[in-house]
Amino acid sequence: MSTESTSPVAAEAAKKPETQSLLGEGVEHGVIDHARAYVGRVRGGEMGALPALGGLLVLFAIFGASHEAFLTPRNMANLMTQAAPLVVLGMALVFVLLLGEIDLSAGVTFGVAMAVFVKYTQPDGLSWPVGLALAMGIGFAVGATIGFFVAKIGVPSFVVTLGLFLGLQGVILIVIGAGGTYRLIPEPIKAIQNSNMPVWGGWVLLVGLMALLVAVAMWDRWRRSKSGAPNGSLSIMFLKLGAIAVIGGALVVFLSVDRGSVNQAIAGVPIVVPLVLILGLIGTFVLDRTKFGRYIYAIGGNREAARRSGVNVTAVKWSAFIVCSSLAVVAGLLYVSRVGSADASTGREIVLSGVAAAVVGGVSLFGGRGRLMHAAVGALVIATIENGLGLLGFSAGATLAVSGGVLILAATVDALARRRSGGSTNS
Amino acid sequence: MNQPIIELKGVTKSFGPVNVLKGINFAAHAGRVTALVGDNGAGKSTLIKGLAGVQPYDGGEVLFEGKPVHLHHPREAARHGIEVVYQDLALCDNLDIVQNMFLGREEMAQGTFDEGRMEVEAAAALQSLSVKTVKSLKQKVASLSGGQRQTVAIARSVVKQAKVVILDEPTAALGVAQTEQVLNLVRRLADHGVAVIIISHNLQDVFQVADDISVLYLGTMTARVTAEGSNPDDVVGYITGTKTMEDVA
Repeated sequence: MSTESTSPVAAEAAKKPETQSLLGEGVEHGVIDHARAYVGRVRGGEMGALPALGGLLVLFAIFGASHEAFLTPRNMANLMTQAAPLVVLGMALVFVLLLGEIDLSAGVTFGVAMAVFVKYTQPDGLSWPVGLALAMGIGFAVGATIGFFVAKIGVPSFVVTLGLFLGLQGVILIVIGAGGTYRLIPEPIKAIQNSNMPVWGGWVLLVGLMALLVAVAMWDRWRRSKSGAPNGSLSIMFLKLGAIAVIGGALVVFLSVDRGSVNQAIAGVPIVVPLVLILGLIGTFVLDRTKFGRYIYAIGGNREAARRSGVNVTAVKWSAFIVCSSLAVVAGLLYVSRVGSADASTGREIVLSGVAAAVVGGVSLFGGRGRLMHAAVGALVIATIENGLGLLGFSAGATLAVSGGVLILAATVDALARRRSGGSTNS
Repeated sequence: MNQPIIELKGVTKSFGPVNVLKGINFAAHAGRVTALVGDNGAGKSTLIKGLAGVQPYDGGEVLFEGKPVHLHHPREAARHGIEVVYQDLALCDNLDIVQNMFLGREEMAQGTFDEGRMEVEAAAALQSLSVKTVKSLKQKVASLSGGQRQTVAIARSVVKQAKVVILDEPTAALGVAQTEQVLNLVRRLADHGVAVIIISHNLQDVFQVADDISVLYLGTMTARVTAEGSNPDDVVGYITGTKTMEDVA
């Protein structure tokens, strides 16, 4: 691959009016233009996270209207910590779902890693950083094992991870002992889900995030104009960034209100929020801007085309499973931090919720379609259902039934949208 | 005639006891469209797979720009600038036109994709082939028609600066107007100095676009003629084995 700046041929061709008009097509020049293009995309079946975002708004409206405690700072902070493990697990699964594969063992993978972590970081055990390294190592090893069987040997991922789903539950039992429970000891890990940043920390986080987004956007524009490619309009960019700033600002204000009891003041953004944000930003960067990410999409879209284009399909698949399992361990860390202990059932139920989160958010089970953000939104939907129905006093059974219904609804909306667009049903 | 870009001398290939290629001579010249015709089972695909490096030949010589080369891996073929546009269109539906054209050879800058540069080069490649049918580079390939997809697949080889482009049945699934467009595209590709090899069953297409015609019959090359010096009836005769030329082996 050449590393010199824009080739002379391209630079010359770029000046031709025909090339310019071809390049200009699809670059939106104003707010109305942009809105029109967006409506066109949605009509064309590219719904993205739109149904899930809409659903989230509806849920907030319903729960907000039916229970006064729902839209309180305390419950919103609670919802965030409740959703965090599912958000991260959903993001982990996106890496393999995009390939058209699945990882049913992601939950029990973090179960094993957390069983080991919690058991061996008891007061007389290892220090927590060592335990954490051990847990991440377990995630890596499980991912590498799945990748070996799926990418190298060619066993269907459904079967391999179903086998591991059963097998790793056995490993958790052996580590924990039947009926046993270990309490989570290390304070820094507990703090992730149970402590908040100081109030000023929330503002620093927001300002830092906005600075990063603006810098990346401006840098992209600069690089595009250097190549002679047209840029979209600045107004769109500032509108998008402005929306993020306003929503983020509102959240920070909301979470800066004292939500504690008379005895103890609690305020500030939960520590888990920046952690999940950073993971999401890194993951999005990898999927959107690196070859690894692009090849994941390519393999999910047309494996043979990717192979013929020189993509090392085996290596990409293998790596994707390692990323998935490693991220799943992070989800486990957030889960254990919230629950405060690890037992033999840790991680057993959550994996299907993770898959559901991704699908509700608009990630295709057939591969090639979906973004990290979608899984995060989907996870928020599922967590909101749990949270809201719980507040209203419904049983766990009702929550499960509603979550299931929402999943089928989301899949139906997606299928209908694609049928209308006339797109193929398996891409 | 001047030196061919790629020349095969007596290449053989067998699968077990079946001799699929029984000593084939073949050549493709820069700026010319060479049609490779023959009935099913004549060995066309095997000949192409050898050139693409997918299934190396057992024996014989492959000369690339006069020098012997060994095409034993797709990467080796790609390194010499041999590109194959497959019949089943090796494109990813979920990626857009630019992403497909640069798949496997993305332009990077500072560790991330140089999107602007790829867009400009993709637009230039389509422009150089006078493609008018593609509206936006940001379209997903899934939304394109068969002819447009074939166009993108062919334009990929321009982006890759291929010297030899092999097209496997490029018009097989296309309607009349789209076939016309793709054949024009093939012509323009050759006019850019590329050696184009086109496999086709459609003799009308072959005579419309090809300069040279090579006919395979049961693993042997039965005829190598120019399009001007021949006619469809003769070629049908060579394909079905009722006629043979003595001076080719």
